[in-house]
Amino acid sequence: MRAFGQTVRRALGAMALLGAAALPGLAQAQQAPANTLDAIRARGALICGVNTGLAGFAQPDSQGVWRGFDIDYCRSIAAAIFGDASKVRYVPTTAQSRFTALQSGEVDVLFRNTTWTLSRDTSLGLDFPAVNFYDGQGFMVKRTAGVSSASQLNGATICVQPGTTTEQNLTDWARANRIQFTPVVIERLEEVVAAYVAGRCDAYTTDASGLAATRSAQPTPADHVILPEVISKEPLGPAVRQGDARFADIVRWSHFAMLVAEELNITAATADQALASDQRPEALRLLGKTGDLGKMLGLDNAWALHVIKAVGNYGEVFARHLAPIGLQRARSPNAMYTQGGLQYAPPFR
Amino acid sequence: MSQTSIDPRSLRAPPKRPIKLSWADERIRGIFWQVVVVGIVVSIVWWLWSNTVHNLEVRRIATGFGFLNREAGLPIAESIIDYNPTNTYLRALIVGLLNTLKVAVVGIILATIFGTLIGIARLSKNWVLRTLSATYVEVIRDLPLLLQLLFWYAILQGLPGPRQAMHPAEGVFLSNRGLKLPWIEWEGAHSLALLAFVVGLVVTFLYRRQAVAKQITDGVPRHTWPVALVALVAVPLAAWAALGAPFTPDIPALRGFNFQGGLTLSPEYFALLAGLVMYTAGFVAEIVRAGIQAVPNGQREAAQALGLRPGAVLRLVVLPQALRVIVPPMTSQYLNITKNSSLAVAIGYQDIVSIANTTLNQTGQAIEGIAIIMLVYLTISLSISGFMNWYNARIALVER
Repeated sequence: MRAFGQTVRRALGAMALLGAAALPGLAQAQQAPANTLDAIRARGALICGVNTGLAGFAQPDSQGVWRGFDIDYCRSIAAAIFGDASKVRYVPTTAQSRFTALQSGEVDVLFRNTTWTLSRDTSLGLDFPAVNFYDGQGFMVKRTAGVSSASQLNGATICVQPGTTTEQNLTDWARANRIQFTPVVIERLEEVVAAYVAGRCDAYTTDASGLAATRSAQPTPADHVILPEVISKEPLGPAVRQGDARFADIVRWSHFAMLVAEELNITAATADQALASDQRPEALRLLGKTGDLGKMLGLDNAWALHVIKAVGNYGEVFARHLAPIGLQRARSPNAMYTQGGLQYAPPFR
Repeated sequence: MSQTSIDPRSLRAPPKRPIKLSWADERIRGIFWQVVVVGIVVSIVWWLWSNTVHNLEVRRIATGFGFLNREAGLPIAESIIDYNPTNTYLRALIVGLLNTLKVAVVGIILATIFGTLIGIARLSKNWVLRTLSATYVEVIRDLPLLLQLLFWYAILQGLPGPRQAMHPAEGVFLSNRGLKLPWIEWEGAHSLALLAFVVGLVVTFLYRRQAVAKQITDGVPRHTWPVALVALVAVPLAAWAALGAPFTPDIPALRGFNFQGGLTLSPEYFALLAGLVMYTAGFVAEIVRAGIQAVPNGQREAAQALGLRPGAVLRLVVLPQALRVIVPPMTSQYLNITKNSSLAVAIGYQDIVSIANTTLNQTGQAIEGIAIIMLVYLTISLSISGFMNWYNARIALVER
């Protein structure tokens, strides 16, 4: 027994010494990488934080392959960095876990229906490089309720998910319009939708895109009505960690590349042909035939070509994923600025 | 011998030696290793702390508890105290804490009653009762609690909507919006009457204790009920009447989307309470059964031979001995109810975890939010085990 006790004591002493020696080194060990681009290259894959399952934005299909608007954006970043859109790992995050996942370095970028707000931009240590979808919060009710306007919701029970801007917008709107309501606050999307469908709530509120996705997933979408009122501004876009401007630039300009491609009418199918025969100077710079725009971003000069070939231009991505769930692009803020919308990219030069 | 008694311990203690500052001295070695162990613990805690602070700074994430005074803006469905979204995060968290206590306290009381009944039923001579309660225990204990909560919530959501609500009695409505009951407009007089009732409980308890103590000395039995009647009924009624005897019934009625007025038992609260009580009662039943079976049969037979009635046998002989076996594991079950109530977040009951989660998400201050949750559960749990340990010491077998 005595010999064993001594061994234990020696081991403890050795550990204490080791601990003291290792302290300064360990203090650096748990940080998220300061240079995200290098970390992604060394890993060989982009890690993208996405929704746990929202039709049109991010959802695994019957083969388990992730598909959606946000997924295509993840693929576009991988294409810009590696020239290969498949080098992405998806990490599903809940509304509550998403920021911690990004802050701790578990994911490189969030494409997860995240609203850009001042407090998130500052106190969460995040940066919002771009807005890829202009959304607004709305209400959905059952057709049988006979409600045609949100102002008729006084006294209603309203289903809402916690930990989002949705909750705060709802209370702001109710206060401004002197509307009394009872909230039912449930964390998981599936559960909150189930509560609404079961009749626990008179209305369900979230971003209009989320309402459209939920409505399209119902057995009879026509039984549900999305009310005309939009009670908030919800600029949705990617989020990255603050303090890594280079990676933020890549995310920002990949989105702009998709916008400019639409402006120039270059699609996934016509990109190779455009590279061969297009003579417009901005198209040549975008596709990397002239200039060094890619190098300035720390990427290959053909980065935008890879993005366009992998996912297409903004209009194509929108039409592929968001039009099927019933979201209109024409006359919405998501139309190109030339069509009266807000989607606008700075010049590629 | 008795005049010159010596503390026997002093004979066994080793003779006092002067402390030598040498490795050969066992005491010096002991002190050295204690310092080393404490040093390791302190440096690990310090490292975790400084590492966290450093990383938060690097990532420009806000720290501190300043957010508690900011406007919360989060809606809360049910609250014991007045709350609206313009209140601060601090008040929202207090509402959450009260909601947790509301389900934990009621849950503990109901699970104890229900579990005890089932535990006694398991020992019944009636075959049907015995088999039914045994089946209940085996089934309920084997299913995960979260699953049971979702099951209860789904059942309650399957109730008809407010317009087709079940209406078994005047002012009582059962729908998927919950159970609505008639209530009264609560005023100061009611609070005073409630206070008088609580004071009455204490008075009755103290009187009964004294009455029993006197009966032991003089053998005269004294009735408690006249004192109880005065303290629990007459005084509260007088307090209520003194303030003008206000009584305005508040009957729920369907107006617009929902029922207005009355008392509401929400489906979320009911599902959580039912799930927690049913689940924990399965464990309590086994503890109670074990406690009763731990009392030797001879004790019961001896009590019967003394001519005690069956009720008195249970109350005076079996239960006091059974409680000694029952109370320690019961403490764990009470702690489990409290901690399991955090599953509320899955079915939309806004307890402390739900509200603190929302708070930490809106403010981004995860560490502070988690610290608050841990502090709350630690405080509740330590209070429960402190009380139960006191009770356990009180009923423990008095040994010399």
